[in-house]
Amino acid sequence: MYILEVRELTKHFGGIRAVEDVSFKVKDGGIVSIIGPNGAGKTTLFNCLTGITKPTKGSIYFMENDISKFPAHKVSELGIARTFQNIRLFSEMTVMENVMVSQHTRMRYGFLSSVLQGSNFRKKEQIIKEKAFEYLELVGLEDYADTMANNLPYGSQRRLEIARALATEAKIILLDEPTAGMNPIETSEVMSLIKKIQELGKTLILIEHDMRLVMGVSDWIIVLDHGVKIAEGLPEKVKNDPLVIEAYMGRETTH
Amino acid sequence: MLLQQLINGLTLGGVYAIIAIGYTMVYGILELINFAHGEIYMLGAYLAIIFLGLFTAMGLTATSLPLALILTAILTIIFCSAYGFTMEKVAYKPLRNAPRLSPLISAIGVSIFLQNYVMLTQGATDKVFPQRFGEAGFQFMNVNVTYLQAMIILVSGLLMFFLHLFIHKTRMGKAMRATAQDKTMAALVGINVDSIISVTFIIGAGLAAVAGIMVASYYGLVNYFIGYIAGIKAFTAAVLGGIGNIPGAMLGGIILGLVESTGAAYISSEYKDAYAFIILIVILLIKPSGILGKTTEEKV
Repeated sequence: MYILEVRELTKHFGGIRAVEDVSFKVKDGGIVSIIGPNGAGKTTLFNCLTGITKPTKGSIYFMENDISKFPAHKVSELGIARTFQNIRLFSEMTVMENVMVSQHTRMRYGFLSSVLQGSNFRKKEQIIKEKAFEYLELVGLEDYADTMANNLPYGSQRRLEIARALATEAKIILLDEPTAGMNPIETSEVMSLIKKIQELGKTLILIEHDMRLVMGVSDWIIVLDHGVKIAEGLPEKVKNDPLVIEAYMGRETTH
Repeated sequence: MLLQQLINGLTLGGVYAIIAIGYTMVYGILELINFAHGEIYMLGAYLAIIFLGLFTAMGLTATSLPLALILTAILTIIFCSAYGFTMEKVAYKPLRNAPRLSPLISAIGVSIFLQNYVMLTQGATDKVFPQRFGEAGFQFMNVNVTYLQAMIILVSGLLMFFLHLFIHKTRMGKAMRATAQDKTMAALVGINVDSIISVTFIIGAGLAAVAGIMVASYYGLVNYFIGYIAGIKAFTAAVLGGIGNIPGAMLGGIILGLVESTGAAYISSEYKDAYAFIILIVILLIKPSGILGKTTEEKV
């Protein structure tokens, strides 16, 4: 039922309390949005979930494993992938290669067979290519397979990052501000892409500022402010929560 | 005369190029100038002499010279790769998150350690390569090419070709390129960055071993400090081509070899070793990013 459970997660950087005692659960196949003002600890939380940062305290249960101390590549292998707010593609590789890199870790074959390029190797390479191409089709980049990643327009780079995350065959996809810098048309494209990814049986966790997107796709919302979870619940409930309104708008003052 | 120097230069350049690849690959992934890389090449030269001496004593060299040479090469490569692997684990890995100067100083420490270790165990005098290949060779467009020279040019060419295939066509090669571009992101798509770094050191050391064998057989003499000058020259080659760029290291090595041999013939052989440093200074003044290197952006 729950695919991810975060328990009392805390991350301090020196004296800064980036994340403080945050707990929540994520339903398998759901779309959860994490919202909150800048500096609320959203990205730090993502870094902890993906093994880039080790939490100061607390645990992260992903399919019965506490992954809070796992290195990033182990977390990826188990099935959590992410994108970044500031896009991080392998810019000197082609679009296809970017996606193939993720596929490679799923497909095990020995060092020797890859050097000798035997028939078994070629078969596997072919499967990887086909798989990678499917993910490119899903995000609509199939015509750019041989383009260098850094020559793609901005919006397409974001979609490539999503394709690369999907190609790790992850069960949970974390999207860090997938619509940052996008116009309304591109944003609604991302929205339908998110729905498509959910239909593949994936669980999604988003960090997002675009409220139309958040309210449109999420089935659960978690609100962070100054590293602390101040609210969580269904979109309708969170939207009207006075604490949330205060965090975003500031306290109401009487004249 | 010129053609003769080109052949000599190509021989030398091939050796520089395959040492330079080790520098550039490590730099590409760790942004570390591995100053101890030249010592791996020196170890390769010594190990080749030890193993070939062993096979000569066993009588294998007399019965089948090619087999003895091949076995020597394989054993030397394995031992040097083990040295390279261990070097990274002991001297660089613990400093992965330290300021950039720390692993650099550690590299210099490893270099001094290995030189003295070889001096103590093997003695400070020159060692002689147990097999002489002589001047036997063939005529190529009125130029004498010894079989050994042809062999060195061929082997370094083939190694570069296969390395290129490896980097661009294999799963491991893709993972290496991804790691060189962004270590964190590589880990996030499931690449074990630590093992990629180990593989990088193993390949670099293996190539340096081959260079060591070739130079030991070419010059016939080795000493415990040959790694230092070869290391500096290969480093120059890597910078000339654009550090971090593998085709750049190959190109830089060959250019350096050609400049040295033509310079020695037309200007003065006294300054043979100075040409490398003149090139290094000029390239740093004119185009610090190297011939094929890109101007690096400041990372945020």
